[in-house]
Amino acid sequence: MSTTIHTTSQALPVEPEAGKRKLSTAKAIQEAIAQQMRTDDSVFVMGEDVGPYGGIFSSTTGLIEEFGPTRIIDTPISETAFIGTGIGAAVEGMRPIVELMFVDFFGVCMDQIYNHMAKIHYESGGNVQVPMVLMTATGGGYSDGAQHSQSLWGTFAHLPGMKVVVPSSPYDAKGLMTAAIRSNDPVVFMFHKGVMGLGWMKKNKRSIGAVPEEPYEVPIGKARVAREGTDVTIVTLSLSVHHSLDVAEKLEKEGISVEVIDLRSLVPLDRDAIVASVSKTGRLIVVDEDYQSFGVSGEVIASVAERQPELLKHVARVCVPDVPLPYASQLEYAVLPTPARIEAAVREAVAS
Amino acid sequence: MTLYPELTDDKRREMLTTMVLIRTYEEAILREYHADKSPGFDIGAGLVPGEMHLSAGQEPVAAGLGLHLTKDDAMTASHRLHHVAIAKGVRLREMTAEIFGRETGLGRGRGGHMHLFDPETHFSCSGIVGEGLPPALGQAFAFQRRGTDRVAVAVAGEGAANQGAFHESLNLAALWKLPVVFVIEDNDWGISVPRAQSTSVTSNAVRGAAYGMPGIRVEENSVEGVYEAAGEAIARARAGEGPSLIEVHTLRLWGHFEGDAQGYRTDLEGVPGRDPLPTYKNTLTSLGLITDSDYAAMQSSASELVEDAIDFAKESPTPNPADALKYVFAEGALS
Ligand SMILES: Cc1ncc(C[n+]2csc(CCOP(=O)(O)OP(=O)(O)O)c2C)c(N)n1
Repeated sequence: MSTTIHTTSQALPVEPEAGKRKLSTAKAIQEAIAQQMRTDDSVFVMGEDVGPYGGIFSSTTGLIEEFGPTRIIDTPISETAFIGTGIGAAVEGMRPIVELMFVDFFGVCMDQIYNHMAKIHYESGGNVQVPMVLMTATGGGYSDGAQHSQSLWGTFAHLPGMKVVVPSSPYDAKGLMTAAIRSNDPVVFMFHKGVMGLGWMKKNKRSIGAVPEEPYEVPIGKARVAREGTDVTIVTLSLSVHHSLDVAEKLEKEGISVEVIDLRSLVPLDRDAIVASVSKTGRLIVVDEDYQSFGVSGEVIASVAERQPELLKHVARVCVPDVPLPYASQLEYAVLPTPARIEAAVREAVAS
Repeated sequence: MTLYPELTDDKRREMLTTMVLIRTYEEAILREYHADKSPGFDIGAGLVPGEMHLSAGQEPVAAGLGLHLTKDDAMTASHRLHHVAIAKGVRLREMTAEIFGRETGLGRGRGGHMHLFDPETHFSCSGIVGEGLPPALGQAFAFQRRGTDRVAVAVAGEGAANQGAFHESLNLAALWKLPVVFVIEDNDWGISVPRAQSTSVTSNAVRGAAYGMPGIRVEENSVEGVYEAAGEAIARARAGEGPSLIEVHTLRLWGHFEGDAQGYRTDLEGVPGRDPLPTYKNTLTSLGLITDSDYAAMQSSASELVEDAIDFAKESPTPNPADALKYVFAEGALS
């Protein structure tokens, strides 16, 4: 097993060689789950349509063939009951991976998540652990409307007691899922539908990438410098990393140098990496597909403002402007953090 | 097919007409949905983007219910809703425009196929399974408070009957004797999960007893069975005698959503023979109530209505991106 080792000051982790083998993010997640299930029989998967269907976003494709219906378990649409079941099983030492299709549905079982899953360890004075992964899909961009397109990671990051990871690449998805399954804490694992590399979504070249075959961990809580630059820092996560990299590549030709920080996890948040990057560039843009107010963008900016406010020559946010995600694509793309909006923000930043 | 002895010939023809309209509508949406999604199915592309849940095969539920409801009654539905919306009388042009994401749509393009709201017919729906049930209680509560005989109907799938919202809603409705009718459409599948693997009882109708209300299961996807059961339940609700639960054993003719290859489905072979539309047509034909040319006339007038609605949608303007923040609040945008 090749586990990545980091020191706290290191923003760029030492990663195992990714090799030549390429996987989609969905396949990378499936592989991480399968590998952990092979070595640890307390790991099991439970959720809606995770069995023969293989997960609506292909997070569990093929697992039922190898592990059977006693370890890959289709549930009724009873989220309070089955997420609670995951919690109880975790308390007794099992390692459940529970999927609830879309993060938008978490409202129906929120009590189990934020009052139980997230608080048991604390309330028990550290005596009871809840080693569970709660996996779900986020994000919009394909006209699925206001109840199926939210990102909401800021909501979970706001509530104490759960780790929140949000991979953007196949490599990270496998490593973060491995780390999440092995973690003794509850981990909310949120993948954007647009990074999964699904055949039936808009094609995205960054959703397929090199992934080592052996199990490895990407440590939860370490950001990644997805691209180095000197003029502007974009701090972002998930699908917005892809957009930001596209914009950075485009602007490079004009001599604008953009550094892109992929947060990879919101809890813990790698504030050191954020500050380190802004100390190079002095200009900070946060790109977030979640709602703007009271969320990730404010937290990222506060992380710099509290520590080294003098660094900040320019601050901007490119987020969803506090509106439910509209259905019509003309409206949806007006509020999503699109490459065009990101590019405009970078141009404004360097002009300032 | 079981026949309801008291049904008039006219009502029978009316129900078949509604079923034909629904099927014609769903076939047209299917055509428009897939028209520009190839090569290589892309769910976000085309004139009708996003998820699309069609209700072909479930027409009997809608047609049997619709005949008892007036514009003033309320209905809440789920993610699979076009059939009941049509039977409730939701404006076809505006509904279609919404599905096409147009400014003339029921929600001015903000809502989309799973989020249709028509205040004129008190119709609404939700993409969150089971969560359409509680609002129906509130509509019924308002009707009761105001001393009317209006009712609310809450329609959901059999998968939804395992949600907390279902159980809480039945209890509260019975406790307060609200004029609500709960209608569960059992199409045997919750996406890929067969009902036998999700539901601890073979009929959700028995669950009514746990909350003190009558429960009845309609078999054979029978439109006349639905008509009869809904008639009793709605009369009961209108008379102030409280809620009822109806489960209909219906049929999901197509995939859960468009693009669903249904690899998990074990009952597909028998499906075509269970299509309720030819079944009911044949019943009415053998009763001498319609001829083939009557049926063809039904189909062509349905087509006319549907194509008119689709043309209306296509010719309508798309929303102005600059208005994306409008309608978050009644008072307009906050800054
Ligand atoms: C609370 C919630 N959980 C899960 C889903 C995902 N989902 C959408 S439809 C569906 C199946 C619903 O089955 P059923 O209620 O029987 O209705 P049908 O689709 O068969 O009409 C599921 C699991 C959801 N929309 N909301």
